[in-house]
Amino acid sequence: MHEIINDYLGHSTYFAIVMSVAYYMLGIVLKRKFKLAIFSPLIVASVLTIVTIVIFDIDMEIYNKAGNYISFMLTAATVCYGILLYEQLEILKSNFKAITIGILTGIVITMFIILGFSILFRLPHDQYVSLLPKNITTAIGLGISEANGGYPSITIVWILITGNLGNAIAEPVIRLFKIEEPVARGVAIGSSSHAVGTAKALEIGAVEGAISGLSLAVTGILSVVVAAVFAQLY
Amino acid sequence: MKYLKQLLIITFIAMIGETLNYFIPLPVPGSIYGLVLIFLALNFKIIRLDQVSTTGKYLLEIMPIMFVPPAAKLVSSWDMVKGVLLQGTFITCFTTVAGMVVVGMVTQAVIRRDKRKEAEKCTK
Repeated sequence: MHEIINDYLGHSTYFAIVMSVAYYMLGIVLKRKFKLAIFSPLIVASVLTIVTIVIFDIDMEIYNKAGNYISFMLTAATVCYGILLYEQLEILKSNFKAITIGILTGIVITMFIILGFSILFRLPHDQYVSLLPKNITTAIGLGISEANGGYPSITIVWILITGNLGNAIAEPVIRLFKIEEPVARGVAIGSSSHAVGTAKALEIGAVEGAISGLSLAVTGILSVVVAAVFAQLY
Repeated sequence: MKYLKQLLIITFIAMIGETLNYFIPLPVPGSIYGLVLIFLALNFKIIRLDQVSTTGKYLLEIMPIMFVPPAAKLVSSWDMVKGVLLQGTFITCFTTVAGMVVVGMVTQAVIRRDKRKEAEKCTK
């Protein structure tokens, strides 16, 4: 059975795309029906995909080959946040100070908490360093992890959990903590949960999405420097 | 032709971003350079908004799907992670929530303080 499935899927490049889109749409339906944050379409799609891979014992090599066809447009799609940013230029200009302060606060606070808990849990240095870039976009995060002596394959797990969690909790958090300013929402989501959170910010509103996209880019770039400093601390 | 032209501009900018990533020795991915470049190109009127917006919005809408395959890679990194899974997951979740809340509240406080100052200036 294992051979038959993997042999068949090895000849299909579309199965991963069909699976992702179908599971994601199922996630949207579930979310509408149950109105629970845990039914974030992205979490539903990711979990169901992992369950499918495990149940049918699909070789990761075969899945990744097909999966890469979905992810290959990611660079071009991320570039498009620049379009949204341009559309919100006036808002960016008039809130420049608040956005800068917000992003810097986010980077420093996140890394301080990681430092504190790493000392508390007595995590080894390489595990601590692998956690530092957890809330920035994958491509920058893996580079930072490696540059400071961490494990990129572990960092990617924390980055994924962060993004999916941020995507799921963004709406409840802004409601619960009465974050009503669209710019503040955008900075909060983008700086804490990178591109995956930003996808949610874009659903909440155009200003939120654009500012979140800006925040994820700036957070990622500044983190290169801040993480290098924090890596020396423990 | 319309979609083709838009696709050409966006992918070309992505390509320049990748090139910058190759030449600049920083762990900044091509997509981030591209994001800045397309913004600058629009800002300095090198391209017009209607030359990229339809295809750009389409790519942004389908973007969440692109995060599913990377998430599935968890299956292959499981062995490396399981030793620190509990502590790591706790730290990850805690910082995500705390970061979002603190950043949101700080940013909002700064915005509202500035708005108040602006209003006071107007009434004086």
